[in-house]
Amino acid sequence: MAETAPILELRELRKSFGALKATDDVSLDVRPGEIHALIGPNGAGKSTLIHQVAGSLTPDGGEIRFNGEDISGLTVAQRVRLGLGRTFQVSSVAPEFSALRNVMLSVQSTQGSSFRFFKPVMHDASLVDAAMEKLSLVDLAERADVVAAELSHGERRQLEMAMALALNPKLLLLDEPMAGMGPEGSKNLTGFLDTLRHEVPILLVEHDMEAVFSLADRISVLVYGSVIASGSVDEIRTNRDVREAYLGEED
Amino acid sequence: MSRETVINWALALGLLAVPFLALMQGEPFYITLATRVAILALAGVGLNLALGLGGMVSFGHAAFFGLGGYAAGILATHAFNQEPLFAWPFMVSGSNDMLLIWLVAIVLSAVVAFLIGLIALRTSGVYFIMITLAFAQMIYYFAISWPAYGGEDGLSIYVRNGFPELNTLDPIQFFLICYVVLMACLFISARLRDSRFGAALQVARQNPERLAATGIAPFNIRLVAFVISAAMTGLAGALFADLNRFVSPSMLSWHVSGEIMIFVILGGVGRLFGPLAGAALFIVMEFYLGGITEHWQFFLGIILLCVVLFVRGGILGILAGRRVHG
Ligand SMILES: Nc1ncnc2c1ncn2[C@@H]1O[C@H](COP(=O)(O)OP(=O)(O)OP(=O)(O)O)[C@@H](O)[C@H]1O
Ligand SMILES: [Mg+2]
Repeated sequence: MAETAPILELRELRKSFGALKATDDVSLDVRPGEIHALIGPNGAGKSTLIHQVAGSLTPDGGEIRFNGEDISGLTVAQRVRLGLGRTFQVSSVAPEFSALRNVMLSVQSTQGSSFRFFKPVMHDASLVDAAMEKLSLVDLAERADVVAAELSHGERRQLEMAMALALNPKLLLLDEPMAGMGPEGSKNLTGFLDTLRHEVPILLVEHDMEAVFSLADRISVLVYGSVIASGSVDEIRTNRDVREAYLGEED
Repeated sequence: MSRETVINWALALGLLAVPFLALMQGEPFYITLATRVAILALAGVGLNLALGLGGMVSFGHAAFFGLGGYAAGILATHAFNQEPLFAWPFMVSGSNDMLLIWLVAIVLSAVVAFLIGLIALRTSGVYFIMITLAFAQMIYYFAISWPAYGGEDGLSIYVRNGFPELNTLDPIQFFLICYVVLMACLFISARLRDSRFGAALQVARQNPERLAATGIAPFNIRLVAFVISAAMTGLAGALFADLNRFVSPSMLSWHVSGEIMIFVILGGVGRLFGPLAGAALFIVMEFYLGGITEHWQFFLGIILLCVVLFVRGGILGILAGRRVHG
């Protein structure tokens, strides 16, 4: 594992909101085949970090390398086309479109140009079939024709996952995918991510410690914008600083 | 057939029937009225692409309407006077061929929309509304202060421009030209809406962050939609100049931008045939209420307020119910 080149590398990343250091000299990496979990208390800067990797926030300094290439100057859309897939902490879908059409948009993006003006998408088997396949993968096939706004919270999370997978990403950024899923949903998703890691490495932000400890190959702990510890599940479990700062009273 | 499809057909056939009924009744004036509806609806169909599908609230579409009008007026004037537009670096003469004039109107509107869009589409919300308005007003004042083509007084087209094999001076034939152009643009709009581009454009309105997270840059999609939208409104402007045989800066004024927006909102934002329903109601009100009271726009205002406040989907929303999505 250790000798394979990382797919994502963050070097000395910094981002402040006024006087608040939301990202304070963060360096971490994600290697092929692994789930790297990022944990930390509320407001630690986890989402801020994800936003910078995805390109929706510009860091004040530092380096973001994806597949060995510096992607700092690229837009969100360009990073996605390079293979950076993501889900949002608060689900982000096209609310007026059906679940199917939402996923079809991802498929369309991977097929290249969206500047095709005349062929109706619903008659395009290459879009519909590929999208249906991804919906089945996340167990949402029966809900394909339901408008996204009418899906339940959990279903919308599944939909987002299908949309991210349809992009054939080389890395997935997941911001609290378990949030609000309920115990049953979390368990299913944990199982799903466990199999997914073989296809695509994941940077996983998650509060659900049970899920994190069972899934993560490595864990980094973020507190007040800086990484106070990074290591295997056991290392993090037994780390004094982490217990004090974060896991603290729990066990 | 969905209820909306039935209503669309009724609107299309209804408009087509008016001039023929008018002819039978010996009331040729109504042919002109129907032609006006067709042309103004076309201007609205253009705006509807930007506003309805893409969520770009352009308050500057009069710029394209007017540019299309001036394309027709200027080319026709030069053809009439047999003076070239310019002689260097190559000779360009005027024309009274509608097809050529349309092409010029479309290209001119598209190029100007591209330049305006490059700047305006970096903003959104109220700023976008204000910037599109500002650009349109710039062109308006330019037209007023440019004496070569009539300045404030405008420009007359002495003989309506010609169409191969047709007599454009015959009101029915001119109506049919406008009608076919309208239907063609409606067809193009329908195909655009259902295409890959249309899918991306609609998501650019619903959730631009999602579109970007899907690997499609919202700016590029919006820009192209804005250009196509402007081209259709520009084409409508060229027809409007030919209908009135006159073009003046008033075609470029913000009132016109407002009216085009009213057609779209009244008819139902994002509904394919919304602009036709809206323009038809507008013209009918202008004609009948305008005959009863000078203050017809006051009543139009009340209707508009009701539509915006109580019936989200405009006329088509009332008649055909909520929009259905594939
Ligand atoms: N755009 C912004 N402007 C100003 N401050 C911000 C902005 N975004 C985030 N912050 C602040 O930065 C800090 C980190 O926020 P962030 O959302 O990254 O935390 P988080 O670790 O994702 O928290 P949670 O677990 O609650 O999702 C917080 O104090 C937050 O208030
Ligand atoms: Mg967060």
